[in-house]
Order: sequence, then C-alpha cells, then structure tokens
Amino acid sequence: MSENIAERVKKIIVEHLGVDAAKVQDNANFIDDLGADSLDTVELVMAFEEEFGCSIPDDAAEKIRTVKDVIDYIQKQV
Amino acid sequence: MRRVVVTGLGVLSPLGYGVKANWYALASGQSGLSKITTFDTTDFTSRVAGYIPKGTGEGQFNPDEVLSPKEQRHVDPFILYGMAAGSQAMQDANWLPESEEEKNRAGVYFGSGVGGLQGIVDGGYLIQKSGPRRMSPFTIPSILINLIGGHLSIKYGLQGPNIACATACATGAHAIGEATRLIREGRADVMLAGSSESAICPVGIAGFAQMRALSTHFNETPQKASRPWDKTRDGFVMAEGAGALLLEEYEHAKARGAKIYGEVIGYGITADAHHFTAPGGTGAKRAIEQALNEAGISPDQVDYINAHGTSTPMGDMVEFKAVKEIFGDTKVAMSSTKSMTGHMLGAAGSVEAVYTLLAMQNNLMPPTINLDNPEEETQGFNLVPNKAQEKRIDIALSNSFGFGGTNATLLFKKVSE
Repeated sequence: MSENIAERVKKIIVEHLGVDAAKVQDNANFIDDLGADSLDTVELVMAFEEEFGCSIPDDAAEKIRTVKDVIDYIQKQV
Repeated sequence: MRRVVVTGLGVLSPLGYGVKANWYALASGQSGLSKITTFDTTDFTSRVAGYIPKGTGEGQFNPDEVLSPKEQRHVDPFILYGMAAGSQAMQDANWLPESEEEKNRAGVYFGSGVGGLQGIVDGGYLIQKSGPRRMSPFTIPSILINLIGGHLSIKYGLQGPNIACATACATGAHAIGEATRLIREGRADVMLAGSSESAICPVGIAGFAQMRALSTHFNETPQKASRPWDKTRDGFVMAEGAGALLLEEYEHAKARGAKIYGEVIGYGITADAHHFTAPGGTGAKRAIEQALNEAGISPDQVDYINAHGTSTPMGDMVEFKAVKEIFGDTKVAMSSTKSMTGHMLGAAGSVEAVYTLLAMQNNLMPPTINLDNPEEETQGFNLVPNKAQEKRIDIALSNSFGFGGTNATLLFKKVSE
C-alpha cells in the first residue's frame, strides 16, 4: 500500500512539473531539485488532496519540502 | 528628435502563423473565417469566427514551439499568442540584449482588449462548484493582461519599461504608439510592442452579439460574413490573433545593420467623448490629423490606409467620412484587411500595423474582399475591392478605434537609406 502511495505521488509530480521521472527521488527538494515555484507547490498540494481525498492544511503544506515529506504525510492521513 | 524604426515583425491570425503565411493570404485575397467549432452555437445568433490555424504544418501555430506543455497550462491563450508574436518579432529582428545596460534599455509594451475571458469564466464555475480551495493558483496570472509583457521580459531579459494597455480595439495601435514615445523620449532604445486577443468563447460571442455588434446573416457562408463598406454588411466577425513589432531607435538599428521595415513617423490619439460603444463625434478625424501633423505630412503624401473597417453598419461609414473629409480626392487608397481576418479586437491594431508595413515593403495593397455592392457614398474612392492592387507605397497609415470612444492612428514611412 505504501509503495502504491509513493508511486501515485511521484506520478502526480511528474505530470504537474513536467520533470523526468528519474529526477523524482525520495530526497528530491521541490524547489531546488525539481524546479517548482511557490505557485507550483500550491497546485501540487491541491492535486495530492484530490488524488488521496485528504486535506493538507496550509501549516502542514509549508513544511513539505521533499518528495518523501509528501509520502510520509499522506501515509499518516489515509 | 530620436527616430523610431521597425526592425522585427511577428503575427498570428486567422490567415496563419507568421509573416509569410499572412502575406500570402492577404495578397491573394483569402478569407480566414469559418464556422465556430469550439463550442455549441445552437442558441447563438452569430456562429462565425476567425481562428488561428493550429497544427504542425506550414503556416500553422504549434504552441509547443513557444511554451512547454506545463507552461501552457498556466497561461490563457491570449498570453500564449502574445508570446508567440513577440518571439517571432525578436527572431525576425535578430537581436538579443547582452550587457546589463542593453537589457535595461529594452522594454515591452503589450496589451489585450479583454484579457483572459474564458479563464475568468472557468474560475467562476469552479468556485461555485467546488469552493475557493479548489481554485488554481495560476488563475490570476493566467488572466492578467500585463502578463504577456511579464513573460516576454523574462524570456528575453528585457529589463526596461514594462507596460500594458487595454483600450479595446485600439489596444494594438496604442501599444505601438506609446512604445514609440518611450524610445523617442529616451527611456528605452528598443521596445517590443504589440497586442493579443483570444475571446472566441460563449461569453465573448454572446456578449458582443447582444450588443448587436456581430454579423448574423452569414452563418452558413462564414467567408462572406466580413464585408466592410458593402451594403449587406451586418456586423463584425470575431477573430483571435496577435501581432508584434520590434521598435528600435534609428541609430541603434543602423549601428547593428538591422533590416528596417519602416519608420513610425506619426501617432494620433483622441477620444470621441460621444458614446461608450457607438462611434461618433470628431475623434477619428482628429486622430488622423494629429498623426499627419506630428509627422509634417500633408494628406496628398499618403499612399495607403489600412482601415479600422470592422464591417459594422455604423462604424465603417463614420471612418469613411472622416477619411474622405481629410483626404478628399487625393491619390490615397484604403482597404480593410478585416474583410479577410475578421476583427481580432485588441490584437487588430498590432496585426494591422504588421500588414501596413508589409504592404509598404511589397508595394502592394491587400484588398477589401466581399465588396460587391459598395455604399453609394464611397463611389469614386478606391477601397481596393476584392483584388490586391500594386502601388508604390512610401507612406501608409493604420487606424484603430475602440469601445469607450478611444482612437489611435499610426503613420509609417519607408526608410530609404
């Protein structure tokens, strides 16, 4: 199940940021490694919320920096 | 006084993508209009429009050449078109600022008549359906008119003045005229100026149709629908497009051996102060006179006028009368290229500036097509009916008039040296 979440998260990142799937590693930082800007990260959070039917409040979203941060957060929620 | 010349052209319109495709269609008198295909028009009174041909073929617009698919999702089509026209003009001029000083002396003046209309509509639907938390963070930057200039400045490192205007159907002419002034007064050496429009959507079509501004009697024959000065004209045909000029201070252009399409020698700006949509008063006439006076040109020196000529019953004759009063029986001829492109609203002024410069370069006046039964009053005046005409063109004028009663006239001259 957790692998499934990671895969789904990475798929969304690839689609939204238009980056190479190989770059979307667990420790990849959205801004520094994946070229996201502040608006991209807002849009990504919305996409995660939609995909996993959860809510990611702004306070929590601000702490998300890497791909692993997202996977960990969603695993706790669902 | 610092002189301002045009060294790069960019255009996309219903006649095609790029100068070559547009000029071919203009010279051969082809219409770019068709039935509306992007939404169901069952309940609409006007069902014709002018779309930019899209695809990967010659003369077709391929958005992937301008922005990545990811970037395309973040801009409304009017921004995409504006960027495409601006990029063409930059490439055509074969110029890029290199030093910090050069970048600081180069700017953008790019407008749109209505901006991201469909984006606003979509945002409205979404917020009603799903609430404020589902709104995309890209909604606002995708609809703002000045974002064309923002994106172009980032792409080319243009760090000087960055301004947009929104003067309805006069937007393009104002952008070019105002950018010219910035160079003349020394605020910049190079300005990328133009305008863009993409408003063929249900709200755009219904909105203009309810004002009785659109053609409704040619829904089955779209290529006949735009017919300026013809007795059977019944309104304009909405079109999408974008145009851009790279404007350069003359010595700057000469020093780098740039090819020069022409010089901007006059600019007229007035208001009708008459009615917010209907043309009237003396605004059009005064705009033309201002442009001539600024350049010190007499009416008998003007060879060609690219008219505003939208194919509305009232507007066409108001413009004709203004032109007739000033030019009388001089050698001037006037055509409306909107007979082929339809009315690109805010984009019209810049696209038609491109056409005017091309007419001058090729010494060929594009025709007013569908001019089968001209208004009696226009008898004896050369409106270049149905077929392009060869003529030496040294000085040419382009008119643009907009809702709000705002008027702009641009005057261009061939540069001989």
